[in-house]
Formats: sequence, C-alpha cells, structure tokens
Amino acid sequence: MDSEKQTLSKKDPEKEKRKNKNEKKLTVGTWVVILIAWYLITKFEIFSPTLLPSPSRVLTTFFRLLEDGYNGVSILSHLRASFRRLFLALALANATAVPLGLLSGYFSKIEAIIDSVVEFYRPLPPLAYYTLLILWFGIDDKSKIILLFLAAFAPIYLACVSAVSKINENYILSAKSLGANQKNVFFKIVLPACLPEIFTGIRTAFGVSYTTLVSAEMIAATSGIGWMVFDASNFLKSDVIFVGIIIMGITGVLIDAGLRFLERKIVYWKGHV
Amino acid sequence: MENEVKKEVLIEINNLKLIYGSEGDSILALENINLEIRRGEFLCVLGPSGCGKSTLLKTIAGYIKPTGGSCLMQGKPITGPDWHRGVVFQSSTLYPWMSVKDNVEFGPRMRDIPADEVKKISKFFLEQVKLTGFGDKATFELSGGMKQRVALARVLANYPQVILMDEPFGALDALTRNNMQKLIRDIWKENNSTIFFITHDVDEALSLATRIVVMSKRPGRILKEFNVGFTHRLYKDNSIEVMYNEEYFNVKNEILGLINSQIEE
Repeated sequence: MDSEKQTLSKKDPEKEKRKNKNEKKLTVGTWVVILIAWYLITKFEIFSPTLLPSPSRVLTTFFRLLEDGYNGVSILSHLRASFRRLFLALALANATAVPLGLLSGYFSKIEAIIDSVVEFYRPLPPLAYYTLLILWFGIDDKSKIILLFLAAFAPIYLACVSAVSKINENYILSAKSLGANQKNVFFKIVLPACLPEIFTGIRTAFGVSYTTLVSAEMIAATSGIGWMVFDASNFLKSDVIFVGIIIMGITGVLIDAGLRFLERKIVYWKGHV
Repeated sequence: MENEVKKEVLIEINNLKLIYGSEGDSILALENINLEIRRGEFLCVLGPSGCGKSTLLKTIAGYIKPTGGSCLMQGKPITGPDWHRGVVFQSSTLYPWMSVKDNVEFGPRMRDIPADEVKKISKFFLEQVKLTGFGDKATFELSGGMKQRVALARVLANYPQVILMDEPFGALDALTRNNMQKLIRDIWKENNSTIFFITHDVDEALSLATRIVVMSKRPGRILKEFNVGFTHRLYKDNSIEVMYNEEYFNVKNEILGLINSQIEE
C-alpha cells in the first residue's frame, strides 16, 4: 500500500515543469487579454468614461494618489490602517483559535461547549452582527478588530478540530511506547501533525477577514482602503475606485503568497503525513 | 529443534479475554489466551486474518486493557504503554516533521538521556540498520524498507525489554522483505533482544522464530505452539534463504493445515 502511494505521487519532473510553463503562459495570456479588452472598450468609449476609466487614467490616478494621497491622507497610511486592523485580529484569532481548537479535538467536553457556538455564528454574515459590535464597542478600531477576530476565529478553530480528529492514531501510540508523556505527545506529536491543516485554516481565515475588513470599512470608518473606495464612489471618482480595487486585489494575492511561502518553509512535509 | 535453557519470563499472559465494544454490540476478540514470552525468544504469531493477532499485540503493548485475565510484565500488570515494550507497526509511523536522526533520537530524548549519549545511541543504531549517513534525510525521502529500518532503529534506541512487531514487513516487496528478515535476525542475535512478531507469512515465521504460536479464527485462541530452530541455522550460515528440508516441510504443512482448517470452516 505504502509503495503504491509512492509511485503514484512520483511524477515525471520534466513533464511537470513543462506543464507548469504552459499553464503560466495561459495565466499571463488571460491577463493580457483582459487588459487589451479594457483598453479597447475605453478607447472606443463604449461606456461613459465616468463609469469606466481608461487604463492610462487609472495609472495616472495611482501615481497621483501615491504622491498626494486621498483627501490629504497618503495611500500608505490608509493601507496601514487597514492592515493594522487585519493583522491584530488575525494574531488574536490565532492565539485563541489554535489552542481552543486543538483542545476541542482532544477533549470532547470542551468541544461540546465551544463547537455549537461557533457553528451558530459561523454562517452569519459578519456585517449582520457588526452593527451590534459598533453599539457595544464604539465605531473606532475596537469594534472592527473584534469583528475581524470573530470572522477569522471560526475557520482556524474548525481546521484545528478536524486536524486533531484526523491524526494517525499510531503516531500517538508510538510516541507513548517510546516514552513520551502526555505533554510531549501534545507538543511534539499532536501540534506538528496538525500544522498543515492549521495553515490551511489560517489562509481561509485571512481571506474571510480581508473581505470582511473592506466591507466594514465601507460601513463605518474614516480611514482604510475600503473607506477610500466607498468615499470615492460617493463622488463618482471611478478612477480612484479602480485604483483601490486593484490595490486590494494585489495585496490580497501578495499576502496569500506570503502565507503559502511560510507554509512551504514550516510544513515542508505537508502531504507526507 | 534445539533445547533452550529456560530463561526469565518477561511477559506472562493468563486467561486473557478481550471484548471490543459495549454491551449489545460487542465482539469477543480473544479468549483464554495463555502465553509466556521469555528473554531472548523470537516469538512469531500466525493466524488467519481477523483472528485477533493485532489485538493481542496491542494488549501486550498496553494500548488496550484486558476484559478478563491478566497481562503481566516481569510480574507487574501492564497498565499502559511504556518504553520497555517498543512497537513497530506495519506501516511506518515515522514523524515526517523530524529528520531520520531525530526520529531515532525521539525515545532517548523523551527519557531525558544526556545529549551526547543520545547522539551515540542514534549513530550506533542507524549503523546497525545500515542507514549510516541517512540521519539528516527527511523520512519521506526513504523507501518503504528504509522507513521500516528507521522505525526499528527508533525502537532499538530505547533498549526495550521486548520488541513488538505487527506485520512489519507486510507492505514490502519480496526482495526487500528477505533482506529485512536477515537484518532483524542479525539484530536479534547480536543484541540478544526479545521479539514478539506477528505475521501471516508461514515462511517468514519459520525463518525467524524460535517459537511459533498459531491462533484460531475469531474469537482468537491459541491452537498450537511449535518450537523451531531454523533461524539459528540461517544465522550461522549467514544466509537469506531457508534450506528447505523434510523437517521444514513437515512443520510448514502442519501449520498450514491448522490455519486452513480455520478458514474453511
């Protein structure tokens, strides 16, 4: 069984490389087509330029925003405001969801306490309870960080519970037969065995809280990249909206790439459990 | 067959009974098992699949508590797993987040052995399983046979009183399996280990064991014990293949007959 799996996973590296190359070409090609289509549509003014700005106008707006900022506030400090909220919330979610999730997976009594609460609020759109959080914690960053924390908590927590339930029982038995005590079993075996799935949970949590962040900033904020886009839409500054959306997209992709890089470095053995 | 001097009893199983599951939905897995494992023995357990061989091993390891009867190690009841009884599973349970060396050193480290001593131990046993120079490799870079050798070294590193092996070579190809059999025999002889070895391969049992226990189908009972000595000859001749002779075939046929009678019923 073991050797079968091995031969299955062994792919021809040359073939893989070629496949990757072709797929990269396709990805780049798709974006070139999108950009050309955008350029042509604006060139022939199929839609009003107020609604769909040309690529060149978006680009000049981008440089203008970089230089002068939006409404006197630099674009970097908008980004900083957004990411401060995001990363504080994610750090808080990691610090609580990982231990609670692992414990829930380990002790069914703890799971009985936490799980139903998480299952109840998880499908709720975060903005539904955001109004409550604003009433309770005020309209500034505190309510936003708590909102993002709640959005990020569920995916990390659930990933941890499921990771513990999937651990190869024999990993734990071997460790005990090798002389490991309860504490060592947890820190040397259970925790590392769960890391790949925890990472997946963190990446999902990042995605969820990032979208939540932008929407929250559109509802109630005076700073942040989401607020900038919302404010620009009030004044029909479509070029600013475009710049904002493109920045959000690119930063999202970059952060996910960073998380994936960390994942490859830390859980390099993923898939070999 | 050689007459062995009676040695110290390490494991003593009396009237062991094991029931899985709760009332109403329970399975009687083992019944009336009486078995002794003596120091220096190579005990092989044979039986039809599902006969409770693994359950017996898990009880000795301390993973399962007996429903009835007792399971003693050096006179004391076995209450849970500990490092005096090392276990090698059928598919390797090497930890992929640790290097080969760290896997071997896991046991001694857990027992707070001084670091320089741990280094010596892992070097020694990696050499014994012929994996010198593989210490820094990741476990998933190894072949199936190599993995089982690391798993063996990891258990040996604790100098356990008894090594429990649950079909350790069952997932390996025939050639690798023969080499592994020679390796485990040599290690058993050199270290004077005590091994409890589960297999479904009669030839494997005959070429390794000093004693073979044949179990019935479920509920598992011990049908018969055979004292055999082919492994001594193989060790002396330093060979891999058994010299098939009449004695060998007589024992083999009797064992096969016993096992088949269990399957056909």
